[in-house]
Amino acid sequence: MVKAEQQPSRAIWMSTLAKAPLPLLEQCVATLEDLPDYGFLRSPEIGLTMVRGRAEGTGQPFNLGEMTLTRCVVQLDQLTGFGYVVGRSKRHAELAALCDGLLQHPGWHAQVQTNVIHPLQTAAQDQRHSEVAAVESTRVNFFTMLRGES
Amino acid sequence: MPYVAVKGGEQAIRNAEALLKAKRRGDADVPELSLEQIKQQMQLAVNRVMAEGSLYDPDLAALAIKQSWGDLVEAAFLLRAYRTTLPRLYYSEPLDTSEMAIQRRISAIFKEAPGGQKLGPTFDYIHRLLDFKLAAEDNTFPAPISEEYDTAEATPRVAHMLEQEGLVMPPSNGAQGNGSQTESGMVGTAHPTGDGQRSGVEPFDITRQSLNTPTNRDARLQNLARGDEGFLLSMAYSTQRGYGKNHPFAGEIRVGEVEVSIFPEELGFEIAIADITVTEVQMVNQFKGNKEIPPQFTQGYGLTFGYNERKAMAMALVDRALQAKDLGESLDGPAQDEEFVLYHSDNIEAQGFVQHLKLPHYIDFQAELNLIRKLRSDYEHNNSQPEASEKSKKERSTAAKEATS
Repeated sequence: MVKAEQQPSRAIWMSTLAKAPLPLLEQCVATLEDLPDYGFLRSPEIGLTMVRGRAEGTGQPFNLGEMTLTRCVVQLDQLTGFGYVVGRSKRHAELAALCDGLLQHPGWHAQVQTNVIHPLQTAAQDQRHSEVAAVESTRVNFFTMLRGES
Repeated sequence: MPYVAVKGGEQAIRNAEALLKAKRRGDADVPELSLEQIKQQMQLAVNRVMAEGSLYDPDLAALAIKQSWGDLVEAAFLLRAYRTTLPRLYYSEPLDTSEMAIQRRISAIFKEAPGGQKLGPTFDYIHRLLDFKLAAEDNTFPAPISEEYDTAEATPRVAHMLEQEGLVMPPSNGAQGNGSQTESGMVGTAHPTGDGQRSGVEPFDITRQSLNTPTNRDARLQNLARGDEGFLLSMAYSTQRGYGKNHPFAGEIRVGEVEVSIFPEELGFEIAIADITVTEVQMVNQFKGNKEIPPQFTQGYGLTFGYNERKAMAMALVDRALQAKDLGESLDGPAQDEEFVLYHSDNIEAQGFVQHLKLPHYIDFQAELNLIRKLRSDYEHNNSQPEASEKSKKERSTAAKEATS
């Protein structure tokens, strides 16, 4: 298992991989050359996550509804890579697990960060910026009129 | 009299299905709809199907809409059926809607809500006139862009302002709810995986436990979140028209993406696996107070998958109406009756029971027919003999009993 101090960064890259659009992830992984052999420790499996919310947003938890999720575990060398992705793409889960495994590998970490994680994060950021810019254009300031005013 | 099954009709049923498929496809010269088209251009339909199907998966919802020929209740049914084929692997950490990536955020009670009000993509304030330009294809509609924006702008809850002044009932942490669950024998059972759940209190789960009254708010919110939009809308409307009045204001409506995090035990730490779009509504309602509670505002809460504003608003109004018994209010409207609301809100159950009447009931009806014929002949017999005695009345009721048993 990974050491505790590695976890925050690992949680971040796993999340980046999980949220990545599959075509872009494929594209990024394709830039990695001479990938090591790997096998499934746990084959990709589709299942559900019960998503929870809270009353009033901050109070008592309740079950909101389910969401599809796919998970798998790959083994490469002595390392195990975990993939958890939203939706039903086994390929997405596999690539996420593969990248998670490679990122724990000292010989691969830097390359995968540069070729996969950074481009995915940049793409997500760009997307976010264009969404915020569009939403911002709808910022509204209503003026309260006095009664009888028109 | 139990339902008596029929058999046969295989060929007709096969052909009916084939005919449905052909009709659903329509004119072969017209291009077939792609799931991507449905997902993007019928997004609100996709959202409704995900909310009522209680399964967040836009691809599957689009497929269900295509398969159901555009019948959204049927599509939700398909999702509900599909979800039963999958194992439940995790329970997410409760969504933190305060950290929502806002697509729309409005408040009808404070003009200057911190974080600002953003209309987002909305039908509000638009004339409901048919836009004939849309009838032509190849339209392009560029999104407006603001040059200045702040991706880190915080959007604190509007209700928080009232909370600070002590003027709104604070959200309960659920401890009380769990206590009364125990009393009514509906203890939340531990889920099999144990993953992702680190707090001691298990929310009620209507997909695993049978819903008995009296209910608690966790069970009600889950029920309402997947309830039929039309039903909830009418229930909400009924409270506004006076059947359980509770004078609501839209404290805050927000639509946007929130992060879903799970805590897989095999991993040993929490990871965010998705951003999903949700609609959240906090209604603020007047409350006169009672012996224990001073006058203040109370809240109704709505949360749905996807951009589903009408549904989320209706849910919040009905959630508030259903708190009537906890607040000691008089129960005067159907929307305040939890048994009535919660047992009739699910369109999958409702459509099944209503539509099962279409199935052949030949034997059942034959029995009814025999009974009515018998009663009718007795009636005519007795009416032609006005001196009909007590004895023949007795015979009549015995005959009726025999026919129904």
